[in-house]
Amino acid sequence: MVAGSQTGPQSDVEPVVGREFEDEAEVEVMSQRQLIWRRFRRHRLAMAATVIVALFYLIVIFSDFLATNDPEDIEAARQYTPPQWLRVFDGWKPDLHVCRLVGSRDEFLRKVYVSNCDQKVDVQFFARGYEYSFFGIKLDWHLFGVNDPEVTAEDAIFILGTDVQGRDLYSRLMRGTRLSLMIGLTGIFISLIVGTMLGAVSGFYGGFVDNLIQRSIEIIRSIPTVPLYLGLAAAFPADWSVERRFFAITIVVSLFAWTELARVVRGRYLAMRQEDFVTAAITAGASQRRIIFRHMLPSFYSHIIAASTLNLAFMVISETTLSFLGLGLLPPAISYGTLLFTAQNVQTVALAPWLLIPGIFVVVLVLSLNFMGDGIRDAADPYGS
Amino acid sequence: MLAFFVRRLIYAVIAMWAVSVISFVIINLPAGDFVTTYIATQLATGNLILEDEAESLREFYGLNDPVYVQYTKWISRILRGQLGFSFEFNAPVRTVLGMNLLNTLLLGAGAVVFIWIIAIPIGIYSAVKQYSPGDYIATFFGFLGLGIPDFLIALVMAWVIFDTTGFLATDLYSAEYRTAPWSLAKAWDLLKHLVLPVVILGTAGTATLIRIMRANLLDELKKPYVTTARAKGLTEWQLIMKYPVRYALNPVISLTAYVLPFIISGSVVLSYVLDLPTIGRDFLRALTAQDIYLSGAVILFSGWLTIIGTFGSDLLLAWVDPRIRLEDD
Repeated sequence: MVAGSQTGPQSDVEPVVGREFEDEAEVEVMSQRQLIWRRFRRHRLAMAATVIVALFYLIVIFSDFLATNDPEDIEAARQYTPPQWLRVFDGWKPDLHVCRLVGSRDEFLRKVYVSNCDQKVDVQFFARGYEYSFFGIKLDWHLFGVNDPEVTAEDAIFILGTDVQGRDLYSRLMRGTRLSLMIGLTGIFISLIVGTMLGAVSGFYGGFVDNLIQRSIEIIRSIPTVPLYLGLAAAFPADWSVERRFFAITIVVSLFAWTELARVVRGRYLAMRQEDFVTAAITAGASQRRIIFRHMLPSFYSHIIAASTLNLAFMVISETTLSFLGLGLLPPAISYGTLLFTAQNVQTVALAPWLLIPGIFVVVLVLSLNFMGDGIRDAADPYGS
Repeated sequence: MLAFFVRRLIYAVIAMWAVSVISFVIINLPAGDFVTTYIATQLATGNLILEDEAESLREFYGLNDPVYVQYTKWISRILRGQLGFSFEFNAPVRTVLGMNLLNTLLLGAGAVVFIWIIAIPIGIYSAVKQYSPGDYIATFFGFLGLGIPDFLIALVMAWVIFDTTGFLATDLYSAEYRTAPWSLAKAWDLLKHLVLPVVILGTAGTATLIRIMRANLLDELKKPYVTTARAKGLTEWQLIMKYPVRYALNPVISLTAYVLPFIISGSVVLSYVLDLPTIGRDFLRALTAQDIYLSGAVILFSGWLTIIGTFGSDLLLAWVDPRIRLEDD
């Protein structure tokens, strides 16, 4: 019972599974959900990953509140500014500030910036900034920022630097997290419907239908993803609206994801068909629908969650790759992929390495989703060893 | 064995047919037929194409026929080796593909060899020394390879090398050898340029293979025959290499085919980032220019290649490991 009580968004919701379940008698009366949760908590890495994924979703909800500058704002005088790291102390005194950046041109007429720490730019919590809409409410509060309605470019803060057009990378990253994760979630939704349905049909009817679906899945999985995705994405006209393209790309990245889900559902379904409790339900005269939804589904929904989590990671990577190649989402849409699109080649990266910071977000998110999915999968069968 | 062979062959043929249909659909997805697009691009460069010329083009490509007839004509042309014309490169698709075929194959083959050389020993080590620091490090890098998109690995590695050594790892040839005839010096130059792309391309595939090799070997190590061999006094090294590793290697054979789609996908992205003269780069250029015959051919052949690879490794596996044949019957 090493997982302790510190982590997990639900740890205070279910106090039953505290430290006291060494008591085997208590384990015996636990519900399936409690058993899975208990097993999952032992998986420290998976718990930590879950917390990180939860943080990412907080960014999705509060992206504008967390941002400091309007992500769309172009500041020609501020292209490629290096990150101005947030400083929490001035000497020993707590004081949130950044150092003022002074821009000039070097002998090759390139813009260079010098950080001048004698001139501080004060950063306040709950500062007022650009106006945004939070679930329909117009707000201009931000977690932190420069509390001055007339901020000049010199005094604005760019804590992760800017891109070629002088747009604030940090704020764009917050906004990009939203779109990239929304693509994932929408894609999961689509693959969940298609995958569970075809998986269930495949397992339920067996025979020819099963064979047909399984062979189709094998064929789909044998096609290299990138050429296929790119081929499909290239067919969408470039003048489509951002929303339309968003949905089109979501469907493209879901093309593979449902196959894994259908396989899991079918496999679990077939394994379960022979179980005693199903036979018992049939003998008791339960309807087909009741057997599936009431008796069978609850015993494998954790497998579905695990597969979906792993799929989400795959979709984030797919979107990022497509957009990086200029065939997924297109600017002005902001996603991880379109952000990395600005770091096209080695020369640009050498000039402005901070443009790769969105890549760190992608890696952390994808790894966390992988660990979380693995953890759920291990915990999904609480009766095993 | 014959029944197994025939069944696999039928599956492979069906899969190849399905891939060809998918490729055909993708080719036909863009709005308007490509002759219209072609006329528009020609007009933009000041080349006027007369209406009856356009009509004869449509007739030649069978664009007035029903869809299934179009498909049949298209696929029979492909099977006869007529892959169509690439408007973007202004050359037959066959010529365009042929130009960079060698580079592409070298890159792919290099990556496969790299994956084998790296993944199998690491996988063996990880399994034999389970939960040792080395195992954890291997697992960690394995996960990292899985979690980082290919283009990001390429970008970061190329940047680090550029930053530390000043060597710009793009292209596969130095400027002076690009158009030069083949010589020992040119081959050596190519080899030097191949190292980094091969390592990058191999990294992602290595992660999967390490994990599988480790899991397989761990399963084998638990079996009673290992205990028996140990009881008979074989040294640990002899024991592991002689029995369990051989068994654990079998699935790895089939996995080479499984890695193939990843390598193809990866090489497209990598060629773009590092500007490598491969089919992958031409493919991307064709896609952005809506040069459908070229992009369609690449999608079709990369799919077919994978299916043939899977078929081949299935046969190889069945030949090496008779249990698989029995299970299937």
